[in-house]
Amino acid sequence: MEKPDMFDEMLGPDGVRQPYSAYHSWFEAQDAGRLAKKHKEAEAFFRRTGITFNVYGQADAQERLIPFDLVPRIMSSREWSKLAKGIEQRVTALNAFLHDIYNRQEILRAGRIPKELISRNEAFLPQMMGMTPPGGVFTHIVGTDIVRTGEGDFFVLEDNARTPSGVSYMLENRETMLQMFPELFSKIRVQAVSNYPQALRQSLSACAPKTCDGKPNVAVLTPGIYNSAYYEHSFLADQMGAHLVEGHDLRVVDGHIAMRTTRGYKRVDVIYRRVDDEYLDPLTFNPSSMLGVPGIMDVYRAGNITIANAPGTGVADDKAIYSYMPDIVEFYTGEKAILKNVETFRCSEPDSLQYVLDNLADLVVKEVHGSGGYGMLVGPAASKREIAAFREKLKKKPSAYIAQPTLSLSTVPIFVKKGLAPRHVDLRPFALVSPQGVNITPGGLTRVALKAGSLVVNSSQGGGTKDTWVLED
Amino acid sequence: MLGKTAGGLYWMFRFLERAENTARLIEAGFRMALTRSSDASSEWQSVLQTAGVRKYYDATHDDYDAAAVVNFLLRDPKNPSAVLAITKRARDNARLVRTALTTEVWTAVNDNWMTMTDLLKRPVREVDLPDVLATIRQQSALVRGAMYGTMLRNDIYDFSRLGTHIERADNTARILDVKYYTLLPASASVGGRLDNKQWETILRSVSAHRSFGWLDEGDMTATSVTQFLILDLRLPRSLAFSVGQIVENLNYLAAEYGDERESHGMARALYGELKGRDIADIFDQGLHEFLTDFISRNNALGGQIERDYRFVG
Repeated sequence: MEKPDMFDEMLGPDGVRQPYSAYHSWFEAQDAGRLAKKHKEAEAFFRRTGITFNVYGQADAQERLIPFDLVPRIMSSREWSKLAKGIEQRVTALNAFLHDIYNRQEILRAGRIPKELISRNEAFLPQMMGMTPPGGVFTHIVGTDIVRTGEGDFFVLEDNARTPSGVSYMLENRETMLQMFPELFSKIRVQAVSNYPQALRQSLSACAPKTCDGKPNVAVLTPGIYNSAYYEHSFLADQMGAHLVEGHDLRVVDGHIAMRTTRGYKRVDVIYRRVDDEYLDPLTFNPSSMLGVPGIMDVYRAGNITIANAPGTGVADDKAIYSYMPDIVEFYTGEKAILKNVETFRCSEPDSLQYVLDNLADLVVKEVHGSGGYGMLVGPAASKREIAAFREKLKKKPSAYIAQPTLSLSTVPIFVKKGLAPRHVDLRPFALVSPQGVNITPGGLTRVALKAGSLVVNSSQGGGTKDTWVLED
Repeated sequence: MLGKTAGGLYWMFRFLERAENTARLIEAGFRMALTRSSDASSEWQSVLQTAGVRKYYDATHDDYDAAAVVNFLLRDPKNPSAVLAITKRARDNARLVRTALTTEVWTAVNDNWMTMTDLLKRPVREVDLPDVLATIRQQSALVRGAMYGTMLRNDIYDFSRLGTHIERADNTARILDVKYYTLLPASASVGGRLDNKQWETILRSVSAHRSFGWLDEGDMTATSVTQFLILDLRLPRSLAFSVGQIVENLNYLAAEYGDERESHGMARALYGELKGRDIADIFDQGLHEFLTDFISRNNALGGQIERDYRFVG
């Protein structure tokens, strides 16, 4: 492999890093032709199984595959347990923060974060004030985006507290690796991820409303087959043994949510919703929504249905709140944050704005409410004209943006024609929160930028994925 | 089970059945056109009529050229029942009910769609047509095989089979109805090779050409062909067989759910029209009248099943 110029997780400055040593020697002994063939097989497998996503904004609404790379991303159990501790601390703080924001608002009273960040936050839902959801959990499923820049340097890039996606890829990538290279898994002990669907079901069930007696009836609420993540919705419902419902399958019956079955209406206790807040209830939010359930918010406020994640959790994961996460963690847990934040300039603050405008070419500027890698400026990769255009946008509405230094993200090799080539990666582990505690599946989804030098890992913009291994001790 | 899921299963299998039957119709029509080129145009008209898409065709075409008709039936976006379109709809429904299907069935339906999308990307050349039609039937057989071999025999299976047989009964009845005049005993007395060819086409349209030969020792008369396609319980595409299956699957549902719905009575009544019926009796009633009545009652039965089991809200 060509010498990487950043921190490479396989080829460190002193040769192959320890977590990769067994894999690397296996890889060296492989025939490149065979691997290329396996790579093709994997793609055919994904297509046949229908593991695809739809790309918005394309006339033919084509289903695409997210490219899969067959070289795993590997972490030692020591590296992982530090990460997992940090994530647990962070999701605990997120839940405490959400409960506080929608109840006593102590953190605002204490002046630790500015009131406007909440009051002017589009994701803040006044309808949630005074609510304690069943089980006391607001954000049941969190996907924390993490990047690495060096041996011990992990940074949180984003906390996805609304409806994080990608977990089906984590599971299918492992399944694919097991099928393609069974010999690897007998040689190298890798912590399993396959328990995730059961853990999700247990975690959701543990948050069922108090009024639910017996085994909670869990349903996954999807916007339907044309949604970009539909595959994941059906996959999770299938794996959990839950019903996959759309808004028009549900209605309010006697103060409960019920689904229309071939034998009449049947009560639902827990909804894992993959529909955005805005569309959840046309009576409370967007009146033109066809995706939601009229009246579900009344049932929710009466405590008769669990909605995961709770409405209004988005207030905790926008990029302006993100910049306060170290304070938030400290405020609610009394400990210093284990995981570092990336240094963030809030363009709403005049000094920061000036700094950002002066250094656009070196910074990454993101929309506070953006996601999916859209609407952002990657300074070092942008042309002069793009920077100039962005400068105007930024000046018009500074509070809509934050900026961060470009990090030299770690690389992990991908398999290309010539062998291995380093590419930038990030990591999204998935944490499940219930009254019983926080459950984090070892590993997560590694996204990889397939273009040499590119820092954009989003699948909507040409990123791929890798299986992520956490080794057994 | 969700009502929507029951509906998705039902329609998925209706569309799969329809695609397969369209392939058979084209095959029979093509053969007819080859052997009786003088009358090809009216043959293609009746194929379009049988497929129930003639009005869509006539809206955009002036003549009944074989290539144009075949292209229309296989892949024209203006034809809502084109094989390509309904293969996609079958697959959309399969995605909708993904959690109710085994991986084998889902993969077979998905494969079917990928294969068709690829095969029907551009107009099919005449030399490739036999292969394409064979592939359509083969893909359909793969889905059926996966279903038969891997699915639990519960309500999921029942709704799937109901879709298959409602569609199949409809298709067979249409094939007969479009050709009913060639099957009337009056015209049978004319005899002659031309009419035999027509009957053969009808039999080929339901892949029953060889089985007919086996069972009736080649004695091909209007009465025997009609009897075979309407009343013979051994033929898996006859009206009696299809409705018998509908009754059976509805009975399984009643056993599983512990109650009967309106559709049960309707299905039994429809079956009563066929079981033990004499073909002469049907000719007395008037074949066309009988078939028109059957098609509308079969349709109504399908609609009642949708309501009884809450396919839509």
